[in-house]
Amino acid sequence: MSTYTEHDFFEDVVEQGYKYGFVTDTPSAKAPKGLSEDTVRYISAQKEEPGWLLEYRLKALAHFFKLLDEGKEPSWAHLNVPAIDYQDAYYFAAPGDRVKYDSIDDVPQEILDDFEKLGIPLREQAALAGVAVDAVMDSVSVATTFKEELAKDGIIFCSFSEAVQNHPELVRANMGKVVPYTDNLYAALNAAVFSDGSFCYIPKGVRCPMELSTYFRINEANTGQFERTLIVCEEGGYVSYMEGCTAPMREEYQLHAATVEIIAHDDAEVKYSTVQNWYPGSAEGKGGVYNFVTKRALCSGRNSKVTWTQLETGSAITWKYPSCILKGDGSVGEFYSVAFTKDYQQADTGTKMIHLGKNTRSTIISKGISAGHSNNSYRGLVKVNPKAENARNFSQCDSLLIGDQCGAHTFPYIEILNHTAQVEHEATTSKVGEDQMFYCQARGISEQDALNLIVNGYAKEILAKLPMEFAVEAQKLLSVQLEGSVG
Amino acid sequence: MSLLSIQNLHASVEDHEILKGLSLDVNAGEVHAIMGPNGSGKSTLASVLAGRDDYDISQGSVTFQGEDLLEMDPEERTREGLFLAFQYPVELPGVSTHQFLRTAVNSVREHRQLDELSVSDFLKLMKEKAEFVNLDPKLTQRSVNEGFSGGEKKRAEIFQMAMLDPQLAILDETDSGLDIDALRVVSEGINKLRNEDRAFVLITHYQRLLNFIVPDRVHVLVGGRIVRSGGPELAEELEAKGYDWLLDEAGVSA
Ligand SMILES: Nc1ncnc2c1ncn2[C@@H]1O[C@H](COP(=O)(O)OP(=O)(O)OP(=O)(O)O)[C@@H](O)[C@H]1O
Ligand SMILES: [Mg+2]
Repeated sequence: MSTYTEHDFFEDVVEQGYKYGFVTDTPSAKAPKGLSEDTVRYISAQKEEPGWLLEYRLKALAHFFKLLDEGKEPSWAHLNVPAIDYQDAYYFAAPGDRVKYDSIDDVPQEILDDFEKLGIPLREQAALAGVAVDAVMDSVSVATTFKEELAKDGIIFCSFSEAVQNHPELVRANMGKVVPYTDNLYAALNAAVFSDGSFCYIPKGVRCPMELSTYFRINEANTGQFERTLIVCEEGGYVSYMEGCTAPMREEYQLHAATVEIIAHDDAEVKYSTVQNWYPGSAEGKGGVYNFVTKRALCSGRNSKVTWTQLETGSAITWKYPSCILKGDGSVGEFYSVAFTKDYQQADTGTKMIHLGKNTRSTIISKGISAGHSNNSYRGLVKVNPKAENARNFSQCDSLLIGDQCGAHTFPYIEILNHTAQVEHEATTSKVGEDQMFYCQARGISEQDALNLIVNGYAKEILAKLPMEFAVEAQKLLSVQLEGSVG
Repeated sequence: MSLLSIQNLHASVEDHEILKGLSLDVNAGEVHAIMGPNGSGKSTLASVLAGRDDYDISQGSVTFQGEDLLEMDPEERTREGLFLAFQYPVELPGVSTHQFLRTAVNSVREHRQLDELSVSDFLKLMKEKAEFVNLDPKLTQRSVNEGFSGGEKKRAEIFQMAMLDPQLAILDETDSGLDIDALRVVSEGINKLRNEDRAFVLITHYQRLLNFIVPDRVHVLVGGRIVRSGGPELAEELEAKGYDWLLDEAGVSA
C-alpha cells in the first residue's frame, strides 16, 4: 500500500464511469415474486430458522403492512422518492442456486471470479492481509475469510444466517434491541425479509487483531437486498468494521433496505466505516439503488465509544442516519461523513446523537459535495436528555457545490433538556471557486485533476479516518465519481 | 524572434475595456519591469497572458515562442513554459503542497516528453528547490497556501516557479508585503534563475526591487497602454516624480 503514489492514483482515475456495473452470470434460486407471509415463510424455511425468528419476522411484516396502509412512508426527508410497488420485486435470491455455502470450494467459480474483479479475493491465500471479509451476494453470504483464525481469540465473525444457527442465544438476546422493527417502515421491512449480513461478537477484553469487513453485492435484477448486521462488543473490547457495496447497472431501480445494530458495553470501542458505491443510476437519472438504511449504535456501557465514518458516493437515493444512543456515562459518539452526489442523485443523510448518560460527548463532521443536478442534504439531531449532565457536542456541516445546477441543504435539529450541556454548531457552504481552479491550471494541472485535488482536499479530514487499507480506495473512488463533473 | 510578443492587445470585462492597445516584446534572457498606478491594468495583463477566461479579447495578438498564446488553455501555456506568480495566491484547503506540485510537475514533464518523476526524485527536487529559494521546508508540508502569511505566500510562489522551471515568468507584485530580508532572499532566488534562455516580467510598484534585480527595460502602464519605456533609470525617475507627469503627457487621467 505504501508504494501507491498520488500519480498512480490519478492514472487509475482516468478509467471512466462506474466500473462495477457488470452482472455475474450464475443461476439463482428466488422466492416467488411479491411480499407476503408466504415470502417470509419461504425465506425463513430456506435459512432453516428457529420458530422464534419466524415469529419475529411475521410480526414485523404485519407492522410493515400496517404502516404502509396508514401511509407512513417516511416523507420528511428532502427527497423525491418515486412510488415503490412492493409486490413487484423479489425478496430473496440465492446466487449459484444455493442458500448456504459451507466451504469456499462449493462456491461457483464465476462468483469467486467476480468478487476478485471487485477487488475482494476470497481465497485466503490471496485475501487482503489483515482484513477478514464476509462476502454477501444478493441474499446469501458466499464466504467469510479468516473465520478460524479469529475464533482463536474468541471472536465470532460470520454471516448473520450462520450466527442464527450457531449462536442463537447471542442473536436472540441482541437483535432488535437497538433498532426495533417498529422504528420505521424500512426497519419493519428489513426485519420481515432480511437475508444476510454479518454478525460480529468481540468478547470481553479482546482487541480484534484484524479489520473486519463485509462486502455487499446486489446481482440479480429486480431483487431487493435486505442486509442485517449486528455487532456486539463486550467490556473493554475493540473492533474496526468496514462495509463496501456495489451493484450492476440496471434500468430499473433496486431496493436496499438495511438494518445495522451495534452494542458497545463498558469501555468498548467500535469503529464502523462504510464506503457506499451502489449503482447511482444513469447520467439521466434512470435506475440505480434506493438505499434506505437504519443504522444505530447503543453505547450502553460506561466510557464506551462508537465512531461512524462513511463515504457515500453511490445510490440513486440515500436515506441514512447512522446514530448513537449515548446511554453509558462518559460514552462517546462520533459521526464523520462525506456524501458525494452528481447527475440526478439524491442524498438525505446525517446522524442522531442522543445524550442520555452523564459526561457524554459527541462529534459530528459532515461534508456534502454536490455536482450536476443532484440534491444533497445533511439532517442531524443532537438531543440532550434531562439527566445527561455535562453533555457536549460539536457539529460541523460543510457543503461544497460544483456548478450551479445542484442543491445543498442543512437541517440541524437541536433539543437541549439539560442546561449544563455545551453544544456547538458550525455550517459553511462554498463553491469550488474559479480562482482555485484557475490557480491549479496556471500550474499546468488539467481541469479534471484540479477538481480532484480540490475535492479530495476538502474531504481529506474525513477520508483519513477510514481504516488505512481503505483510505486510498476511498480517495480513488471519489475521484472516479468526479470524472465528468468539471464545469 | 521574441520569446513573447504582444501586439495591440485590447481586453475588456463586461464591456469595460481595461487593456487598450498594449504592445510589448520580451526576448529570452531579458528582465522587464512593468510599473504603473493602481488599476492601470497590470494584473489584467498578467491574467490575460496566463489564460484566465473572464476577459474578452477584441483585438490584437500574443505569440509565445512563436505560437499563438491566446489559442491555448491555461494549463497548456504553463506546460509550454509560461509561469505567473499571482499577486494574490489562492489557498487550497486540505490539498497537500506535495500532491499539488507533484501533479503540476508531472503534468508539465509529460507535456515536455520527459519521464514522470518518481516519488524519491520528486522529493529530492522539492528539497533542492526549497533550499535554492530559501523556503522553510515546513511550508511544503502544509496545504497549498492555507493559512500562509502574506510574505510566505509570495515566497511559495517563487518556490513553485523554481519547481516548474519556466521560460517566461511573470511576477505580479511578488515584492509587495515582503520584509526587507525576504525581499533580498526572493530577489536572490530570481537572480539565480536568471539566464540567457529565461525571461522575467516583474510587475512592481517599488524601485527598491529593481535595486536588487536590475531590469533591462522598464515600462510604464497607464490606462491600459504602455505610455513610456526606458532603462533602469526610468524607475528612478518615477520614484522621484510619481506618475502625474506621465499621465499629463499621455493625456489620460488616473
Ligand atoms: N473582473 C472585473 N470586473 C470589473 N472590473 C475589473 C475586473 N478585473 C479588473 N477590473 C478593473 O480593471 C482595472 C485594472 O485592474 P488591475 O487589477 O489589472 O489593476 P493593476 O494595475 O494590477 O492594479 P494594482 O496596482 O492595484 O494591482 C481596475 O479598475 C479594476 O477594477
Ligand atoms: Mg495588480
